[in-house]
Amino acid sequence: MTGFGVIAAATLRECTRRRVFGVIVVLTVLFLGLYSLGTATAFDHLGPPSPGDSNVDVTVLAGATLLGLAMFATLFLSTVVAVFLTFNVLRGDAEQGLLQPMVVRPPGRVVFLAARFAAAAAVAAGYAASVYAASAVITLLAGGWWPDQVLLPGLELAAAAVVVTAVSLAGSVYLSTVANGIAVLMLFGAGLVGGLLGQIGDAIHSDTLSSIGTITSWALPFDALYQAALHALTGETSGITGVIVHLGPLGGAQPAGPLLAPWVAGYIGVVMCLAGAAFVRRDL
Amino acid sequence: MPDAFAAEGLEKRYGRVLALDGVSLRVGEGELVGLLGPNGAGKSTLVKIGCGLVRPSGGRAEVFGAPAGSLPARRALGYLAELFRFPGWLRADEVMRLHQGLVGSEGGAAERGSLLELVGLADVGDRKVDQMSKGMQQRLGIAQAMIGAPRFLVLDEPTSALDPAGRRTVRALLEELRGRGVSVLLNSHLLSEVELVCDRVVIITRGRVVAEGRPDELTHASGVEVETDAGDRRYDVGRDEVPDLVARLVADGERIYGVHVVRSTLEEAYLEAVEGAE
Repeated sequence: MTGFGVIAAATLRECTRRRVFGVIVVLTVLFLGLYSLGTATAFDHLGPPSPGDSNVDVTVLAGATLLGLAMFATLFLSTVVAVFLTFNVLRGDAEQGLLQPMVVRPPGRVVFLAARFAAAAAVAAGYAASVYAASAVITLLAGGWWPDQVLLPGLELAAAAVVVTAVSLAGSVYLSTVANGIAVLMLFGAGLVGGLLGQIGDAIHSDTLSSIGTITSWALPFDALYQAALHALTGETSGITGVIVHLGPLGGAQPAGPLLAPWVAGYIGVVMCLAGAAFVRRDL
Repeated sequence: MPDAFAAEGLEKRYGRVLALDGVSLRVGEGELVGLLGPNGAGKSTLVKIGCGLVRPSGGRAEVFGAPAGSLPARRALGYLAELFRFPGWLRADEVMRLHQGLVGSEGGAAERGSLLELVGLADVGDRKVDQMSKGMQQRLGIAQAMIGAPRFLVLDEPTSALDPAGRRTVRALLEELRGRGVSVLLNSHLLSEVELVCDRVVIITRGRVVAEGRPDELTHASGVEVETDAGDRRYDVGRDEVPDLVARLVADGERIYGVHVVRSTLEEAYLEAVEGAE
């Protein structure tokens, strides 16, 4: 096995053995349990459509709303997972003396950083995709509703988790463990607030707020990915139901656009290159 | 053949603090060199530069002719940090396996077992690190540093957490390493340990080398001790003057039971060098 593989495998082993992983599993099971209960209850309360609402598919409305909320929770939980996997990887581990025995070995700092990122990103992305898939299946079983595009929202949530992983790992070069954890969670909040301001700006036709939303989405693309994932849930729903869904809870959802995927890939690459350049020069 | 480690005019600045001020040092192949100095002298900074963990502000450092921190240098190196930890959830054998993977060692279980046995941890290979005492973790650190049979071993305070038996084990280990031709740079506060095992000693204070040489070169004769029926007496004379001294004492009616030339200890030489530089 190469040095990259050895470090990545060690990181994956660390993920499964740390107590926090057990806590995450338990909390995720609790979340999915609550989501199952809530979804089943919501669909049970949906009565048959009244004559005046015959053009509105309440199942679609309820399903998309519930799964959209589950996706928000998924994004938040996978952000927490990404932060816990990476917030102490460089400076925090160096201060504890965990890092030095590793980076003096032949693979060196760049391979170490790349392997830690790859492993943490795989876990965070896998987690996001799994929770999304479980939520979608729960929604299907409870109400018989299925997203218009099933794979794309999961992939976009997974990509959002990878973006957070990269930002958190880069932050760990400069910031101590606690400071980095707080900083990344605040960035996460800033991204969501920026996206919300953009939605409000679109609704009230405020160019300033819309611009804030746009800039935030490009600067912190996990929010743009989340918006795109939401849009993909009901992107093909048309008619009155489509209008209501897009005006309702998912009103802020935006299609990805052709530039989002290359932007996200380039963003992750640049963030990791900056982290690598700083890490290589850092005294340990 | 280049030296195992060669530093030339090394400087390191941390902001306004000059940690190393033109340090030059060499560790020949198969040589065991002790690094001594008070706290804050710059020893750990020097060691870290040698391992590629710290970038020098000036000068150069090489390991077997390759720049410190480069891939060839890292391949030749084994390192025990002064302050280190292994992940608490790993077992001792897993730590060894991890570092075998990082080094690319093909020694397998035989290498892991023999190294753990060498440091007295043969029976605790399946114990988790966070269930090991500090001394056991230090022994594990030493074993980890020797994975892949490095040609140059850097040990930063390897016995700081060890009991006397552990220190003796490390001394025996260092003797064995010298027998195998491994070069060692040993940073230690324990002067007796350094005096016993090192071929050469380098004393650093305030970021500068203030004394360097074999232990017997750094120490010097400091009189003779004469055992008489009236008790032990010390005379401040050189070795050449001992016969005349004994003849004079006998002529004065003293009964002589023994005469020992007294040498200063490395501790005294160390204090002289450090205090002389301040």
